[in-house]
Amino acid sequence: MTQNRDEALDPVVGTAVPGDQIKIRARDINVFYGAKQALFDVSLDVAEKSVTALIGPSGCGKSTFLRCINRMNDTIAGARVQGRIELDGEDVNDRGIDPVVLRARVGMVFQKPNPFPKTIYENVAYGPRIHGIATTKAELDAIVEKSLKRAGLWAEVSDRLQQPGTGLSGGQQQRLVIARAIAVSPEVILMDEPCSALDPIATARIEELIDELRNQYCIVIVTHSMAQAARVSQRTAFFHMGKLVEAGDTGDIFTNPRDSRTQDYITGRFG
Amino acid sequence: MLTWVALLALALFSGATFFAARGKALAAVGGRPIGLHSLPGYYGGYVALWVAVPAALILLLAAGFGGSLEAGLLRSSESSALQALDAQQRDVFYNDAVTLSQGGQPSETVYEGPQKQALADAVSKAKHLRSQITYGALAAAIALALAGVAFAYPKIRPDFRARNQVETWIAGLFILCSVTAVLTTIGIVGSLVWESWRFFQSVSPVDFLFGMEWNPQIAMRSDQYASSGAFGAVPLFIGTFLIMIIAMMVAAPVGLFSAIYLSEYASPLARSVVKPLLEILAGVPTVVYGFFAALTVGPLFREFFNGIGGLLIGSGLDGLGQYLSQVQNQMALVAGAVMGVMLIPFVSSLSDDIINAVPQSLRDGSLAMGATRSETVKKVVLPAALPGIMAALLLAVSRAVGETMIVTMAAGLQAKATINPLDTVTTVTVQIVTLLTGDQEFDSPKTLAAFGLGLTLFLVTLILNIIALRIVQKYREQYD
Repeated sequence: MTQNRDEALDPVVGTAVPGDQIKIRARDINVFYGAKQALFDVSLDVAEKSVTALIGPSGCGKSTFLRCINRMNDTIAGARVQGRIELDGEDVNDRGIDPVVLRARVGMVFQKPNPFPKTIYENVAYGPRIHGIATTKAELDAIVEKSLKRAGLWAEVSDRLQQPGTGLSGGQQQRLVIARAIAVSPEVILMDEPCSALDPIATARIEELIDELRNQYCIVIVTHSMAQAARVSQRTAFFHMGKLVEAGDTGDIFTNPRDSRTQDYITGRFG
Repeated sequence: MLTWVALLALALFSGATFFAARGKALAAVGGRPIGLHSLPGYYGGYVALWVAVPAALILLLAAGFGGSLEAGLLRSSESSALQALDAQQRDVFYNDAVTLSQGGQPSETVYEGPQKQALADAVSKAKHLRSQITYGALAAAIALALAGVAFAYPKIRPDFRARNQVETWIAGLFILCSVTAVLTTIGIVGSLVWESWRFFQSVSPVDFLFGMEWNPQIAMRSDQYASSGAFGAVPLFIGTFLIMIIAMMVAAPVGLFSAIYLSEYASPLARSVVKPLLEILAGVPTVVYGFFAALTVGPLFREFFNGIGGLLIGSGLDGLGQYLSQVQNQMALVAGAVMGVMLIPFVSSLSDDIINAVPQSLRDGSLAMGATRSETVKKVVLPAALPGIMAALLLAVSRAVGETMIVTMAAGLQAKATINPLDTVTTVTVQIVTLLTGDQEFDSPKTLAAFGLGLTLFLVTLILNIIALRIVQKYREQYD
């Protein structure tokens, strides 16, 4: 069965990503929170240097899937993950993989902006410091500047790097958190509804940023906004009741869904 | 006795008006409460309150202050026969008059001639006054109760807002309770300030705050040979400070680390066992810690230091050895260490709450950056919780400064200006206890010194608490 799926995905799930472009390959993922099963046999390919959107009604398991990729489910008591998730062909759940190292490769941005109660500079320098990436102060300064520039925040904060990050506006905080995530040069950035706490203008700013970051990173974004999924992603996966219903090119999913549940969801009939 | 009967009758009467008013309200809408503005009980309560409260207040006032009113009126017209008596003798005279009028046993003073006549007059006058006051109050209470009915009962109509009225009464009760607490505090502070002011008239505040010698023993009689006493409180401040530092050196790390363990590392099972146990420790009375310190820890520490001293005697550190071998049970270290143990649950439970209040999203953010759990605790959780933890420690300090029982039993009574933890020291609280226990004159500097110390202690703990609460407040705002 597993062998089978490795060759080609279940036709319902949609277009498989060409083998040489696969960054993350998930096969038969089952997740349990205590006795409750949150994900059922999810298999999904995520392409590199692109944005993949995970959509679906609340409680459908899309955030759970996201948290499997950087093993954040490990931090939840009673959570159990079965199945195989490969990052560049390596199983992230392998005993030999240290979640600390994995999470340096797979960054994450959360629903609510969560800057640390430190200065803007220290927020961005946090990752490089704990991973020992910079050896000199100048090097660290350069990383901080580069990350803030890439997150589109440099122009707004360059003159107040020593002020608390918690003093920024919601949208600025979220970009600060993105800068913090890219400061350790991850390969993948996971975003769990990054705009749900932001106003439309800040949301547009983040979406632009996601579009720019796509050139360098593999981005997986969970979103409740179908419009956002259509705007920022190249591929979309639709989850429903813990199962992956359909995945494919964003254009196909939105214009020509194969599954009736997908159609119902994107046309707003449930969820 | 009459008062109690009257109060009981009043309760029954107001109960009856409750049901009458409730019935009237219901009858007005044909027994259907939906037609009333408020629930029927509020109409009953409204009338019952107007009946019961003013009348009960009059009865209680008469019972409480009738005696002093009677005495005051009795003295208002003084017989010329008493002109021969001095103030103290007159007090006795009036006391006798009141006692006799109640059929009690008067003093042994013998009154003769016109004074005897005056006493008989005063006795009959006292009897007369008392019955006037008692029956006057009773009549006033009955009148007020009836006036309450007359005022409130006619108001009962379906559209009358009885609930709002009753709630105003209830709000008044709440205000009364909070005012009681506030007035008590003001009274305590006022008496502290007043008595301290009297103390500072005989001892200069500069001598008190900066004097190096504390020896409050002074002559009881003017012909007795004694020094005038020394009221330099610096040795007490040093002793208090020393013991507080020792206590915090025990309580701060142990309490803080156990809080970190509880909130960040403990499994739910371990937490459900350890936390209640720590809270039991918080419930142990301080006097128990006191004899634990004096009878168990004290001898243990003494033996330990004596043992080390014995080893050192004759070696290069002979002097130190001699000193250590003579250390006694009572020392600052014992009191401080036991006080520190007492404060552990206080520090850990407050810090645990504060660490738990750090949003989970910060931990997730740090872990998702690839930080280990210990890096997350050290670099994100603790810095975020630091202001709150500082506040918890300041509150612990103010408790340590105010703690009395342990130091009384384990630290000694000698006021020495020393920072040697193996020496006996004494603290501000201990000195207050020793100054005020036993038979004392209440206007000598010796007893008044207790108020000076109390005021100092009060100001210090007040300032510490204000700072701590400010910090906590600021910290709360950060995450709300």
